[in-house]
Amino acid sequence: MQPDISVKHLNKIYEGGFQALKDVNLEIYPGEIFALLGPNGAGKTTLISIICGIVNPGDGEVKAAGYDIRKQYRKARGSIGLVPQELNTDSFETVWDAVSFTRGLFGKPPKPSHIEKVLKDLSLWDKRNNRIMSLSGGMKRRVMIAKALSHEPRILFLDEPTAGVDVELRRDMWEMVRKLRENGTTIILTTHYIEEAEEMADRIGVIRQGQIILVEEKDRLMSKLGKKELRLQLQQKLDQVPGELTLEPIELSNDGWELVYTFDSQQQQAGVARLLRTLGDLEIEYRDLQTRESSLEDIFVGLVNEQSPQERSTE
Amino acid sequence: MNLYGVKAIYQFEMARMRRTLMQSVLSPVISTCLYFVVFGSAIGSRMGDIDSISYGAYIIPGLVMLSLLMQSISNASFGIYMPKFSGTIYEVLSAPVSYIEIVLGYVGAATTKAVILGLIILATARLFVDYSILHPFWMFSFLVLTAVTFSLFGFIIGIWADGFEKLQIVPMMIVTPLVFLGGTFYSIDMLPEIWQTISLFNPVVYLISGFRWAFYGVSDVHVGISVGMTLVFLTACLTIVWWIFKTGYRLRS
Repeated sequence: MQPDISVKHLNKIYEGGFQALKDVNLEIYPGEIFALLGPNGAGKTTLISIICGIVNPGDGEVKAAGYDIRKQYRKARGSIGLVPQELNTDSFETVWDAVSFTRGLFGKPPKPSHIEKVLKDLSLWDKRNNRIMSLSGGMKRRVMIAKALSHEPRILFLDEPTAGVDVELRRDMWEMVRKLRENGTTIILTTHYIEEAEEMADRIGVIRQGQIILVEEKDRLMSKLGKKELRLQLQQKLDQVPGELTLEPIELSNDGWELVYTFDSQQQQAGVARLLRTLGDLEIEYRDLQTRESSLEDIFVGLVNEQSPQERSTE
Repeated sequence: MNLYGVKAIYQFEMARMRRTLMQSVLSPVISTCLYFVVFGSAIGSRMGDIDSISYGAYIIPGLVMLSLLMQSISNASFGIYMPKFSGTIYEVLSAPVSYIEIVLGYVGAATTKAVILGLIILATARLFVDYSILHPFWMFSFLVLTAVTFSLFGFIIGIWADGFEKLQIVPMMIVTPLVFLGGTFYSIDMLPEIWQTISLFNPVVYLISGFRWAFYGVSDVHVGISVGMTLVFLTACLTIVWWIFKTGYRLRS
């Protein structure tokens, strides 16, 4: 299958000499929801801005919907809708005019029925004649999305789409994104809310210091890098982990009342059974036990905090 | 060609004019009318004719040109500066529009606004001063050519400016003095010889002279030179705009 977004060996060095992207390679396929995660300044917005035509690319090749963003920029850009991170809207325009303006700008003839549908889907229909300056932050965010959808793009970039919006709107947006995907739109999402990526994404890409350090299907990522934790609240306080358990990945809490056993989520439960048997043999009793699976957030934090080989070598 | 894109930018800019009718149209018309009242009717009636033209009528082309230049520059510079300031420029940069189409949209709208305003001022002048137009076609051509040229100049200022102060500095500190010293209120023949020579380095002299020729058939410099100098300035502006888009200067990092 031909990817909707194809980035090959992309570099970007800004005028001041700062290298924002280093040999980035990425493919995003039609109809998928791809979440691009990374800490602040990792290069997410630079990458999106290059694909969308806002920032000049450096070396490398970038294609959108199969079209080179430099040589075939009209077709490439025409297939993309962008919801930027900042709430950049014209304050004095009405919602209807602002959304219609974007459709025209992207070379599409007027189609009031489509604008009406987009506004209704985003609960903006009642506000269509209001000036944007009179809208709340959440409503302005919806306007940004409506503008991005006004020209019926094949690819939609959502750069921090739910930053600063309330829970209800966030849920509405998730629902809308799912519907768009069902209609075949490819969605690329950057977000600080890892739960958002966990909830919606098919694949996850992690970018750190301008480099893509991982691209993986979300479920595989969760099972591959995810950890499980078993916590046992003890009947009696322990001073140290018993010698029979020292080979296991087990820790004793500082107060001595809790044993914490960590294991890979892929690993069979044999380790747990063995641990419980050993505790029984040692006559160590426990009051309660809990298991917890690591979230995408835990995995993400682990990945971005992991030092690169270069970083290790410089220390 | 993305004609819908050009139309969208053009209509957006024209809508801004309609929203700010007081500021865009009424304000420059009133201030120019004050010139007509003061210099045309009041003081002008006590001054002698210049080149057999009454003083009130003589200053009309210069005053129309003053408003035309100021409005062309301010409309075009604001048009492109505001999206940069508010951040909405991302939309234009990410849209499938070429540089030529962007310029057509913004500069086309600024030119239209300036020409409309120039014609309104010309019509209003009739209320205060009697004048004639000897070459209406050339008068309108000069009006349009000057508006296009200075809208391009304004577009360049709007891209260069990184604050409102810079946006105002060129029209207020450079263009206004050049217009006042460019023969709006006098013929440069009335100046001492050394100042006549210095005046020839003022590009506005050629604009006003050519425009005045279209009205009364008299000019400080030959009309062909006026047209030529305007085209030179137009070419210079087009070259700078081409360079801006080629390099992405202050638009794309």
